[in-house]
Amino acid sequence: MQTTAPGRRGSRLLGWLYAAPTAVFVVALFVVPLLLVLKMAASRWPLLAGDQGLNAPDNLTRAVSHRLFHDSVVFTVKYTLLATVLLIALGLGMALLVQESSRWNNLLRASFLIPSALGLASASLLFYVLYSPYASPFAPLMRRLDLTFLGSPNAALLSTVFLVVWRYAGFYMVLMLVGLQSIPADVFEAARADGAGRWQIFRRVTLPLLRPTLALATVLCVTGSLLAFEQFYLLTKGGPDNSTVTVVQLIYLIAFQGQNDLGVAAALSVLVLLALVLLNALQLRAFRPEEH
Amino acid sequence: MAVDSRSTLTVAGVALRTPYWVFTGALALIFIFPLVWTAVASVSPHPGTNQTHGWGFGNYETLAGYQAGVWRYLANSALVSLLTVALTLTVSLLGGYAFARFRFPGRDALFLLTLAILMVPYATLLIPLYVLLNRVGLQNSLVGVALVLTMFQLPFSTFLMRISFEAVPRELDEAAMVDGCSSFGALRRVLLPAVKPGLITVGLFAFLASWNDFMAPLILINDSDRMTLPLAVANLRGQVQGVVDYGATEAGVVVLALPCVLLFLLLQRHYVRGFMSGALKG
Repeated sequence: MQTTAPGRRGSRLLGWLYAAPTAVFVVALFVVPLLLVLKMAASRWPLLAGDQGLNAPDNLTRAVSHRLFHDSVVFTVKYTLLATVLLIALGLGMALLVQESSRWNNLLRASFLIPSALGLASASLLFYVLYSPYASPFAPLMRRLDLTFLGSPNAALLSTVFLVVWRYAGFYMVLMLVGLQSIPADVFEAARADGAGRWQIFRRVTLPLLRPTLALATVLCVTGSLLAFEQFYLLTKGGPDNSTVTVVQLIYLIAFQGQNDLGVAAALSVLVLLALVLLNALQLRAFRPEEH
Repeated sequence: MAVDSRSTLTVAGVALRTPYWVFTGALALIFIFPLVWTAVASVSPHPGTNQTHGWGFGNYETLAGYQAGVWRYLANSALVSLLTVALTLTVSLLGGYAFARFRFPGRDALFLLTLAILMVPYATLLIPLYVLLNRVGLQNSLVGVALVLTMFQLPFSTFLMRISFEAVPRELDEAAMVDGCSSFGALRRVLLPAVKPGLITVGLFAFLASWNDFMAPLILINDSDRMTLPLAVANLRGQVQGVVDYGATEAGVVVLALPCVLLFLLLQRHYVRGFMSGALKG
């Protein structure tokens, strides 16, 4: 490293100098808040009055015994399973459809990707209108079939999943395309030469070799879905009858709407953080290549 | 190859491909339709909106006149986005340079800590950030929102800038330094042009994330004059004469989506590259 800078010590100092802005942001806006949320989780902390001293483990017991806690956990898990299965299957399917490079396929890829440029909030507002019984282009159809998109718990869940698939499928398609491209072409050639059919190649060659990509996609999708907020806050507003309240929505509710209790909200968000870290560790272990 | 034999333009080939074209074309339409429909509906007549007869921009007039006015919210959003983009570019350019080219104590720890931001839920950080920003006088501040959004951009942008710098041959900056450039001179004159594609991707993603962000301003901004556009459009739904003004909402969605769609069409290659570098991380 002698050539990088005037001497080792100088190089070290310079390295720190260039990394200093990153360090300031990470410490001031990530590490300090992370420590503070732990303290808040163990303290009585009303929104307006602020810190009222330690009260552990009151916040945790109050978070867990909140009337919406159980339902929101069950609903969030249900939504996560549904969204993850659909997004990964569709992302993979779409990637296989447009895998070969051609003008038509480039057009398809761009169309699948455009919604992902929109914000989730904008997309939720867009579908709020699209699903409304008054302004929707499907309004006459909805009246004739006596059907609503957001009226019943199941309809609201499925309609939100459709919005999320619309918004994110292109992203997962790109992930899968990268994975598919990393599989050497001669592996497929060899399988074909051995007389394997399309389905056999997909099952025996593509899927196993796509394992790292599938792992990454699953981790991303599970994490994202467990933390769902905007789509339900804006589209269903947690309704009907609080049937679509997610855990993060509950955190927001406890912190800023009505209860105004930052301590309980902090305890719940620490719980979510722990669950997420544990779950990601488990997922990464489950997806680890077999030979290790 | 099998691919070529299928795509040859024989009659049989075309007959075989037609169901594929129909199916994929229909699929593409599902993705395009909501966007096109919203744009068309925002200027077409609909009862209960400001555009009841004929085509026109009545809904956009409602939007323009909502509370502090759409221009105020656009300016707020532009301020947050530009500040976030500028800060993200600066911090990750310098940080990427440090991580790729220097050895200093704590380097790996700092890099891992930066990536760890991805592991922590948004809401888990926003609640203590709300308290912290209040303490330092940045409550209710668009600058505060931009600082927070920059922090959330750092894992992706620092990672991308680091691999961008690492892809540049070391000989390039070493030669510049032998010629008498300082390390900063080498960064400015030699490395900056080489990592430009990385910077474009980082800037694009920082813009899309900050322009569209909903949760940070929802929690950190109380004053309705300081709302960003996504918040304003979300609030406008319920507050125009007590009933939902779907027309104005459509207009708001169009204004929100337009810069994103335009940037996507202009910078599609960089956009896909950003997603791909995310995929290679795994």
